[in-house]
Amino acid sequence: MADFIRDNINKDGIDRRGFLQCMAWAGTGALYTMHGGILKSLPLMQGAASGMNMAKMKGADFSFIQISDSHIGFSKEANPDVTATLQIAVDRINSAAARPDFLLHTGDISQLSKPSEFDTAEQVLKGVKAGNIFYVPGEHDVLTDDGQQYLDRFGRGTKGKGWYSFDHKGAHFIGLVNVVDLKAGGLGSLGSSQLEWLADDVKQLKSSTPIVVFAHIPLWAVYPEWGWGTDDSEQALGYLKRFGSVSVLNGHIHQIMQKVEGNVTFHTALSTAFPQPAPGTAPSPGPMKVPAGQLRSVLGISHVNFVQGQHSLAIVDSPLAQS
Amino acid sequence: MKRIRWIFVCAATVITAFTLTVGIRPILALRPAESPAGGAAVKIDNFSFGPADVKIPAGTTVTWTNNDDVPHVVASDDKLFKSKALDTDDHFSFTFTKPGTYMYYCSIHPKMTAKVVVQ
Repeated sequence: MADFIRDNINKDGIDRRGFLQCMAWAGTGALYTMHGGILKSLPLMQGAASGMNMAKMKGADFSFIQISDSHIGFSKEANPDVTATLQIAVDRINSAAARPDFLLHTGDISQLSKPSEFDTAEQVLKGVKAGNIFYVPGEHDVLTDDGQQYLDRFGRGTKGKGWYSFDHKGAHFIGLVNVVDLKAGGLGSLGSSQLEWLADDVKQLKSSTPIVVFAHIPLWAVYPEWGWGTDDSEQALGYLKRFGSVSVLNGHIHQIMQKVEGNVTFHTALSTAFPQPAPGTAPSPGPMKVPAGQLRSVLGISHVNFVQGQHSLAIVDSPLAQS
Repeated sequence: MKRIRWIFVCAATVITAFTLTVGIRPILALRPAESPAGGAAVKIDNFSFGPADVKIPAGTTVTWTNNDDVPHVVASDDKLFKSKALDTDDHFSFTFTKPGTYMYYCSIHPKMTAKVVVQ
Protein backbone atom coordinates (compact mmCIF):
# COMPACT_ATOMS: atom_id res chain seq x y z
CA MET A 1 0.00 0.00 0.00
CA ALA A 2 2.85 2.34 0.88
CA ASP A 3 3.89 2.16 -2.77
CA PHE A 4 1.13 4.46 -3.94
CA ILE A 5 0.17 6.58 -0.96
CA ARG A 6 1.30 10.13 -1.43
CA ASP A 7 1.15 13.15 0.78
CA ASN A 8 -1.16 16.03 0.09
CA ILE A 9 1.24 17.72 -2.31
CA ASN A 10 -1.46 19.15 -4.52
CA LYS A 11 -3.31 20.92 -1.69
CA ASP A 12 -6.50 19.26 -2.81
CA GLY A 13 -7.72 18.34 0.62
CA ILE A 14 -6.97 14.65 0.27
CA ASP A 15 -4.32 13.85 2.82
CA ARG A 16 -2.62 10.59 3.61
CA ARG A 17 -5.16 9.75 6.30
CA GLY A 18 -8.10 10.47 4.05
CA PHE A 19 -6.63 8.36 1.33
CA LEU A 20 -6.05 5.50 3.75
CA GLN A 21 -9.66 5.72 4.84
CA CYS A 22 -10.76 5.69 1.22
CA MET A 23 -8.66 2.62 0.55
CA ALA A 24 -10.01 0.94 3.68
CA TRP A 25 -13.50 1.47 2.34
CA ALA A 26 -12.60 0.10 -1.04
CA GLY A 27 -11.05 -2.90 0.64
CA THR A 28 -13.89 -3.74 2.99
CA GLY A 29 -17.01 -2.65 1.16
CA ALA A 30 -19.50 -0.07 2.32
CA LEU A 31 -23.22 -0.09 2.87
CA TYR A 32 -25.21 2.92 1.73
CA THR A 33 -28.82 3.44 2.68
CA MET A 34 -30.99 6.32 1.61
CA HIS A 35 -34.04 7.46 3.57
CA GLY A 36 -35.97 10.38 2.12
CA GLY A 37 -32.89 11.75 0.42
CA ILE A 38 -30.61 11.39 3.41
CA LEU A 39 -27.79 9.02 2.72
CA LYS A 40 -26.29 7.05 5.56
CA SER A 41 -23.11 5.15 5.01
CA LEU A 42 -21.50 2.50 7.07
CA PRO A 43 -18.16 0.89 6.33
CA LEU A 44 -18.49 -2.85 6.57
CA MET A 45 -16.11 -5.33 8.05
CA GLN A 46 -15.34 -7.98 5.51
CA GLY A 47 -16.93 -10.80 7.50
CA ALA A 48 -20.03 -8.83 8.41
CA ALA A 49 -20.73 -7.75 4.85
CA SER A 50 -22.77 -10.75 3.81
CA GLY A 51 -24.76 -10.79 7.04
CA MET A 52 -25.72 -7.15 6.81
CA ASN A 53 -26.48 -7.59 3.17
CA MET A 54 -28.89 -10.35 4.06
CA ALA A 55 -30.57 -8.27 6.76
CA LYS A 56 -31.07 -5.47 4.28
CA MET A 57 -32.35 -7.86 1.65
CA LYS A 58 -35.25 -9.03 3.83
CA GLY A 59 -37.15 -5.81 3.34
CA ALA A 60 -36.08 -5.22 -0.24
CA ASP A 61 -38.49 -5.41 -3.16
CA PHE A 62 -35.71 -6.32 -5.52
CA SER A 63 -32.01 -5.99 -6.00
CA PHE A 64 -29.67 -5.49 -8.90
CA ILE A 65 -25.93 -5.46 -9.48
CA GLN A 66 -23.77 -2.69 -10.89
CA ILE A 67 -20.45 -3.67 -12.43
CA SER A 68 -18.17 -1.33 -14.30
CA ASP A 69 -14.95 -0.78 -16.19
CA SER A 70 -14.06 -4.35 -17.21
CA HIS A 71 -11.50 -3.04 -19.76
CA ILE A 72 -11.25 -6.44 -21.49
CA GLY A 73 -8.05 -6.28 -23.57
CA PHE A 74 -6.02 -4.35 -20.99
CA SER A 75 -2.88 -6.33 -20.15
CA LYS A 76 -0.50 -3.89 -18.48
CA GLU A 77 1.16 -4.21 -15.09
CA ALA A 78 -1.83 -2.87 -13.13
CA ASN A 79 -3.69 -6.11 -14.03
CA PRO A 80 -2.30 -8.52 -16.63
CA ASP A 81 -5.49 -10.66 -16.58
CA VAL A 82 -8.65 -8.54 -16.60
CA THR A 83 -10.70 -11.43 -18.01
CA ALA A 84 -9.93 -13.45 -14.88
CA THR A 85 -11.03 -10.65 -12.55
CA LEU A 86 -14.25 -10.14 -14.54
CA GLN A 87 -14.86 -13.88 -14.17
CA ILE A 88 -14.35 -13.57 -10.39
CA ALA A 89 -16.90 -10.74 -10.35
CA VAL A 90 -19.38 -13.00 -12.15
CA ASP A 91 -18.65 -15.81 -9.69
CA ARG A 92 -19.29 -13.41 -6.76
CA ILE A 93 -22.63 -12.39 -8.25
CA ASN A 94 -23.61 -16.01 -8.80
CA SER A 95 -22.64 -17.08 -5.29
CA ALA A 96 -24.72 -14.37 -3.57
CA ALA A 97 -27.63 -15.58 -1.43
CA ALA A 98 -30.16 -13.51 -3.35
CA ARG A 99 -30.47 -13.59 -7.13
CA PRO A 100 -30.36 -10.05 -8.58
CA ASP A 101 -33.17 -9.08 -10.97
CA PHE A 102 -30.68 -7.71 -13.50
CA LEU A 103 -27.23 -6.29 -13.98
CA LEU A 104 -26.11 -2.80 -14.97
CA HIS A 105 -22.73 -2.41 -16.69
CA THR A 106 -21.68 1.22 -16.56
CA GLY A 107 -19.21 1.13 -19.43
CA ASP A 108 -15.64 0.53 -20.53
CA ILE A 109 -16.53 -3.06 -21.28
CA SER A 110 -13.47 -3.17 -23.56
CA GLN A 111 -10.08 -1.48 -23.65
CA LEU A 112 -9.89 -0.67 -27.38
CA SER A 113 -13.36 -1.48 -28.82
CA LYS A 114 -11.89 -4.55 -30.55
CA PRO A 115 -14.38 -7.24 -31.66
CA SER A 116 -12.32 -9.88 -29.85
CA GLU A 117 -12.51 -7.87 -26.60
CA PHE A 118 -16.29 -7.49 -26.88
CA ASP A 119 -16.52 -11.24 -27.68
CA THR A 120 -14.61 -12.14 -24.52
CA ALA A 121 -16.68 -9.79 -22.36
CA GLU A 122 -19.93 -11.18 -23.73
CA GLN A 123 -18.71 -14.74 -23.21
CA VAL A 124 -17.83 -14.12 -19.54
CA LEU A 125 -20.97 -12.10 -18.80
CA LYS A 126 -23.13 -14.82 -20.35
CA GLY A 127 -22.41 -16.78 -17.17
CA VAL A 128 -24.13 -14.26 -14.89
CA LYS A 129 -27.16 -15.70 -13.16
CA ALA A 130 -29.31 -12.60 -13.47
CA GLY A 131 -31.99 -11.46 -15.86
CA ASN A 132 -31.03 -8.88 -18.43
CA ILE A 133 -27.76 -7.01 -18.58
CA PHE A 134 -28.25 -3.30 -19.28
CA TYR A 135 -25.27 -1.42 -20.68
CA VAL A 136 -24.13 2.14 -21.25
CA PRO A 137 -20.90 2.77 -23.18
CA GLY A 138 -17.63 4.07 -21.80
CA GLU A 139 -15.23 6.06 -23.97
CA HIS A 140 -13.22 2.85 -24.53
CA ASP A 141 -16.26 1.19 -26.16
CA VAL A 142 -16.82 3.78 -28.89
CA LEU A 143 -13.29 4.10 -30.31
CA THR A 144 -14.20 2.73 -33.74
CA ASP A 145 -17.03 3.35 -36.22
CA ASP A 146 -18.47 6.16 -34.13
CA GLY A 147 -19.68 3.57 -31.61
CA GLN A 148 -21.68 1.54 -34.16
CA GLN A 149 -20.16 -1.74 -33.02
CA TYR A 150 -21.19 -1.00 -29.41
CA LEU A 151 -24.74 -0.23 -30.57
CA ASP A 152 -24.96 -3.43 -32.62
CA ARG A 153 -23.80 -5.58 -29.72
CA PHE A 154 -25.02 -3.88 -26.55
CA GLY A 155 -27.33 -1.05 -27.55
CA ARG A 156 -29.98 -2.63 -29.76
CA GLY A 157 -33.27 -0.78 -29.50
CA THR A 158 -31.74 2.27 -27.81
CA LYS A 159 -32.03 5.89 -28.89
CA GLY A 160 -29.29 8.06 -30.43
CA LYS A 161 -25.84 6.88 -29.37
CA GLY A 162 -27.27 4.34 -26.93
CA TRP A 163 -29.49 6.06 -24.36
CA TYR A 164 -32.76 4.52 -23.15
CA SER A 165 -35.00 4.03 -20.16
CA PHE A 166 -37.03 1.19 -18.70
CA ASP A 167 -39.35 0.57 -15.77
CA HIS A 168 -38.82 -2.12 -13.20
CA LYS A 169 -41.21 -2.82 -10.32
CA GLY A 170 -42.24 0.79 -9.93
CA ALA A 171 -38.82 2.39 -10.43
CA HIS A 172 -37.73 4.23 -13.59
CA PHE A 173 -34.22 3.45 -14.85
CA ILE A 174 -32.46 5.81 -17.26
CA GLY A 175 -29.24 4.86 -19.10
CA LEU A 176 -27.37 7.92 -20.40
CA VAL A 177 -24.40 8.27 -22.77
CA ASN A 178 -21.82 10.95 -21.92
CA VAL A 179 -18.75 9.66 -23.79
CA VAL A 180 -19.37 10.72 -27.41
CA ASP A 181 -18.89 14.01 -29.29
CA LEU A 182 -16.67 15.39 -26.51
CA LYS A 183 -15.55 18.97 -27.01
CA ALA A 184 -11.90 20.07 -26.79
CA GLY A 185 -11.11 21.27 -23.30
CA GLY A 186 -14.39 19.91 -21.93
CA LEU A 187 -15.61 17.05 -19.77
CA GLY A 188 -18.13 14.29 -20.43
CA SER A 189 -21.08 15.46 -22.51
CA LEU A 190 -24.72 14.44 -22.91
CA GLY A 191 -25.55 16.75 -25.81
CA SER A 192 -28.74 18.56 -26.74
CA SER A 193 -30.63 15.70 -28.44
CA GLN A 194 -30.16 13.41 -25.44
CA LEU A 195 -31.21 16.18 -23.03
CA GLU A 196 -34.36 16.81 -25.07
CA TRP A 197 -35.11 13.10 -24.99
CA LEU A 198 -34.58 13.00 -21.21
CA ALA A 199 -36.91 15.94 -20.57
CA ASP A 200 -39.57 14.18 -22.60
CA ASP A 201 -38.90 10.75 -21.07
CA VAL A 202 -39.61 11.85 -17.49
CA LYS A 203 -42.43 14.29 -18.31
CA GLN A 204 -45.28 11.86 -17.69
CA LEU A 205 -43.85 10.29 -14.54
CA LYS A 206 -45.28 10.99 -11.09
CA SER A 207 -42.90 12.86 -8.79
CA SER A 208 -43.08 9.94 -6.39
CA THR A 209 -41.51 7.58 -8.96
CA PRO A 210 -38.06 6.50 -7.79
CA ILE A 211 -35.49 7.36 -10.47
CA VAL A 212 -32.21 5.54 -11.05
CA VAL A 213 -29.85 7.14 -13.57
CA PHE A 214 -26.77 5.30 -14.78
CA ALA A 215 -23.99 6.58 -17.04
CA HIS A 216 -20.25 6.00 -17.45
CA ILE A 217 -18.59 9.32 -16.53
CA PRO A 218 -19.76 10.79 -13.21
CA LEU A 219 -22.71 13.20 -13.55
CA TRP A 220 -21.22 15.37 -10.81
CA ALA A 221 -17.94 17.25 -10.63
CA VAL A 222 -15.78 14.63 -8.90
CA TYR A 223 -12.51 16.15 -10.15
CA PRO A 224 -12.80 18.23 -13.35
CA GLU A 225 -9.00 18.64 -13.50
CA TRP A 226 -8.89 14.97 -14.52
CA GLY A 227 -12.02 15.17 -16.65
CA TRP A 228 -14.10 13.48 -13.95
CA GLY A 229 -17.40 15.24 -14.52
CA THR A 230 -19.99 15.99 -17.22
CA ASP A 231 -20.38 19.46 -18.75
CA ASP A 232 -24.16 19.46 -19.09
CA SER A 233 -25.11 17.21 -16.17
CA GLU A 234 -26.71 20.14 -14.30
CA GLN A 235 -29.30 20.46 -17.04
CA ALA A 236 -30.06 16.75 -16.91
CA LEU A 237 -30.41 16.81 -13.12
CA GLY A 238 -32.64 19.88 -13.47
CA TYR A 239 -35.24 17.69 -15.21
CA LEU A 240 -35.14 15.33 -12.22
CA LYS A 241 -35.46 17.94 -9.45
CA ARG A 242 -39.15 17.34 -8.80
CA PHE A 243 -38.63 13.67 -8.02
CA GLY A 244 -38.43 12.59 -4.41
CA SER A 245 -35.77 9.94 -4.91
CA VAL A 246 -33.03 10.10 -7.53
CA SER A 247 -30.03 7.78 -7.49
CA VAL A 248 -27.15 8.30 -9.91
CA LEU A 249 -24.78 5.39 -10.56
CA ASN A 250 -21.52 5.96 -12.43
CA GLY A 251 -18.20 4.26 -13.21
CA HIS A 252 -15.12 5.64 -14.99
CA ILE A 253 -13.06 6.59 -11.93
CA HIS A 254 -12.45 3.02 -10.67
CA GLN A 255 -13.09 3.87 -7.01
CA ILE A 256 -16.01 4.37 -4.65
CA MET A 257 -17.20 7.93 -4.19
CA GLN A 258 -20.54 9.19 -2.98
CA LYS A 259 -22.31 12.48 -2.53
CA VAL A 260 -25.80 13.65 -1.59
CA GLU A 261 -27.37 16.78 -3.00
CA GLY A 262 -30.99 17.35 -2.03
CA ASN A 263 -32.92 14.28 -3.12
CA VAL A 264 -30.12 13.09 -5.38
CA THR A 265 -27.63 10.47 -4.28
CA PHE A 266 -24.51 9.98 -6.40
CA HIS A 267 -22.42 6.84 -6.29
CA THR A 268 -19.45 5.56 -8.30
CA ALA A 269 -18.50 1.89 -8.52
CA LEU A 270 -15.22 0.01 -8.39
CA SER A 271 -13.74 -1.40 -11.59
CA THR A 272 -13.39 -5.13 -12.20
CA ALA A 273 -10.04 -4.47 -13.94
CA PHE A 274 -7.71 -2.06 -12.14
CA PRO A 275 -7.87 0.78 -9.58
CA GLN A 276 -7.22 4.43 -10.34
CA PRO A 277 -5.70 6.96 -7.93
CA ALA A 278 -7.77 9.18 -5.67
CA PRO A 279 -8.18 12.68 -7.16
CA GLY A 280 -4.93 14.62 -7.21
CA THR A 281 -2.84 11.92 -5.56
CA ALA A 282 -0.92 11.02 -8.73
CA PRO A 283 0.41 12.91 -11.77
CA SER A 284 -2.47 11.51 -13.88
CA PRO A 285 -5.57 9.32 -13.53
CA GLY A 286 -3.86 6.37 -15.26
CA PRO A 287 -4.08 2.78 -13.96
CA MET A 288 -2.74 2.45 -10.41
CA LYS A 289 -0.32 -0.36 -9.72
CA VAL A 290 -0.83 -2.15 -6.42
CA PRO A 291 0.98 -5.26 -5.15
CA ALA A 292 -0.52 -8.33 -6.82
CA GLY A 293 -1.83 -9.65 -3.50
CA GLN A 294 -3.87 -6.49 -2.95
CA LEU A 295 -5.40 -6.15 -6.40
CA ARG A 296 -8.64 -7.99 -5.69
CA SER A 297 -9.30 -5.86 -2.62
CA VAL A 298 -9.49 -2.73 -4.79
CA LEU A 299 -11.71 -4.27 -7.49
CA GLY A 300 -15.34 -5.09 -6.94
CA ILE A 301 -19.04 -5.01 -7.67
CA SER A 302 -21.98 -3.07 -6.22
CA HIS A 303 -25.09 -4.83 -4.99
CA VAL A 304 -28.09 -2.50 -4.95
CA ASN A 305 -31.16 -3.29 -2.85
CA PHE A 306 -34.35 -1.46 -3.61
CA VAL A 307 -37.14 -0.93 -1.10
CA GLN A 308 -40.36 0.44 -2.55
CA GLY A 309 -42.25 3.05 -0.55
CA GLN A 310 -39.44 3.72 1.90
CA HIS A 311 -37.42 5.44 -0.81
CA SER A 312 -34.62 3.35 0.43
CA LEU A 313 -31.78 2.37 -1.82
CA ALA A 314 -28.98 0.42 -0.21
CA ILE A 315 -25.74 -0.05 -2.07
CA VAL A 316 -23.23 -2.61 -0.86
CA ASP A 317 -19.83 -2.33 -2.53
CA SER A 318 -18.06 -5.66 -2.28
CA PRO A 319 -14.42 -6.25 -3.20
CA LEU A 320 -13.50 -9.26 -5.31
CA ALA A 321 -11.15 -10.44 -2.56
CA GLN A 322 -12.81 -12.90 -0.20
CA SER A 323 -12.34 -12.76 3.55
CA MET B 1 29.85 -7.86 -58.96
CA LYS B 2 28.31 -9.46 -55.86
CA ARG B 3 29.03 -6.28 -53.94
CA ILE B 4 27.33 -4.08 -56.58
CA ARG B 5 24.27 -6.35 -56.60
CA TRP B 6 24.10 -6.16 -52.80
CA ILE B 7 24.19 -2.34 -52.92
CA PHE B 8 21.45 -2.39 -55.55
CA VAL B 9 19.24 -4.61 -53.36
CA CYS B 10 19.84 -2.33 -50.37
CA ALA B 11 18.99 0.76 -52.37
CA ALA B 12 15.81 -0.85 -53.71
CA THR B 13 14.77 -1.83 -50.19
CA VAL B 14 15.35 1.68 -48.88
CA ILE B 15 13.38 3.23 -51.74
CA THR B 16 10.51 0.75 -51.26
CA ALA B 17 10.44 1.37 -47.52
CA PHE B 18 10.50 5.12 -48.08
CA THR B 19 7.62 4.92 -50.54
CA LEU B 20 5.59 2.73 -48.22
CA THR B 21 6.04 4.87 -45.13
CA VAL B 22 6.07 8.37 -46.59
CA GLY B 23 3.82 7.88 -49.59
CA ILE B 24 0.62 7.46 -47.56
CA ARG B 25 -0.60 9.92 -44.95
CA PRO B 26 -1.74 9.87 -42.21
CA ILE B 27 0.51 6.99 -41.21
CA LEU B 28 -0.12 4.81 -38.20
CA ALA B 29 2.55 2.80 -36.44
CA LEU B 30 5.41 4.82 -37.84
CA ARG B 31 8.57 4.31 -35.80
CA PRO B 32 10.41 7.48 -34.74
CA ALA B 33 13.57 6.21 -36.43
CA GLU B 34 11.66 6.17 -39.72
CA SER B 35 10.37 9.72 -39.34
CA PRO B 36 11.32 11.88 -42.30
CA ALA B 37 14.28 14.11 -41.59
CA GLY B 38 13.25 17.34 -39.90
CA GLY B 39 10.00 15.89 -38.49
CA ALA B 40 8.70 16.94 -35.09
CA ALA B 41 7.86 14.58 -32.24
CA VAL B 42 5.13 14.96 -29.60
CA LYS B 43 5.04 12.55 -26.68
CA ILE B 44 1.86 11.66 -24.80
CA ASP B 45 2.71 11.17 -21.12
CA ASN B 46 0.48 11.26 -18.05
CA PHE B 47 -2.55 12.46 -20.03
CA SER B 48 -0.73 15.42 -21.61
CA PHE B 49 0.90 16.32 -24.93
CA GLY B 50 4.54 17.38 -24.75
CA PRO B 51 5.55 19.79 -26.03
CA ALA B 52 2.05 21.27 -25.98
CA ASP B 53 3.06 24.05 -28.36
CA VAL B 54 5.01 22.95 -31.47
CA LYS B 55 6.28 25.48 -34.04
CA ILE B 56 7.22 24.04 -37.43
CA PRO B 57 7.77 25.18 -41.04
CA ALA B 58 5.13 24.16 -43.60
CA GLY B 59 5.67 20.64 -44.96
CA THR B 60 6.80 19.22 -41.63
CA THR B 61 5.49 15.90 -40.39
CA VAL B 62 4.56 15.69 -36.72
CA THR B 63 4.63 12.25 -35.08
CA TRP B 64 2.74 11.61 -31.84
CA THR B 65 3.75 8.68 -29.61
CA ASN B 66 1.57 7.39 -26.78
CA ASN B 67 3.62 6.48 -23.70
CA ASP B 68 0.60 6.03 -21.41
CA ASP B 69 -0.98 2.77 -20.24
CA VAL B 70 -4.31 4.00 -21.63
CA PRO B 71 -5.30 4.72 -25.23
CA HIS B 72 -5.52 8.25 -26.57
CA VAL B 73 -6.91 9.73 -29.79
CA VAL B 74 -5.22 12.72 -31.44
CA ALA B 75 -7.87 14.90 -33.11
CA SER B 76 -7.79 18.43 -34.49
CA ASP B 77 -10.52 20.83 -33.38
CA ASP B 78 -11.42 21.56 -37.03
CA LYS B 79 -11.55 17.83 -37.93
CA LEU B 80 -8.55 18.15 -40.29
CA PHE B 81 -6.96 15.06 -38.79
CA LYS B 82 -7.87 12.32 -36.34
CA SER B 83 -5.83 9.30 -35.34
CA LYS B 84 -7.16 5.87 -34.57
CA ALA B 85 -7.08 4.91 -30.89
CA LEU B 86 -3.37 4.86 -30.05
CA ASP B 87 -2.52 2.11 -27.61
CA THR B 88 0.73 2.16 -25.62
CA ASP B 89 3.74 2.88 -27.92
CA ASP B 90 1.52 3.45 -30.98
CA HIS B 91 2.30 6.37 -33.30
CA PHE B 92 0.36 8.74 -35.48
CA SER B 93 1.80 11.16 -38.04
CA PHE B 94 0.38 14.06 -39.96
CA THR B 95 2.08 16.41 -42.41
CA PHE B 96 1.16 20.09 -42.11
CA THR B 97 1.31 21.71 -45.54
CA LYS B 98 -0.37 25.07 -44.90
CA PRO B 99 0.66 27.81 -42.41
CA GLY B 100 -1.71 28.39 -39.52
CA THR B 101 -2.45 27.45 -35.92
CA TYR B 102 -3.87 23.97 -35.49
CA MET B 103 -5.55 23.29 -32.14
CA TYR B 104 -5.97 19.65 -31.24
CA TYR B 105 -7.05 17.46 -28.32
CA CYS B 106 -7.58 13.88 -27.23
CA SER B 107 -11.13 13.07 -28.33
CA ILE B 108 -11.68 10.64 -25.43
CA HIS B 109 -9.90 12.74 -22.76
CA PRO B 110 -10.84 16.22 -23.99
CA LYS B 111 -9.08 17.95 -21.10
CA MET B 112 -5.89 17.12 -23.02
CA THR B 113 -5.37 20.03 -25.41
CA ALA B 114 -2.36 21.34 -27.37
CA LYS B 115 -1.46 23.08 -30.62
CA VAL B 116 0.78 23.01 -33.68
CA VAL B 117 1.81 26.34 -35.20
CA VAL B 118 2.84 26.07 -38.86
CA GLN B 119 4.89 29.03 -40.14
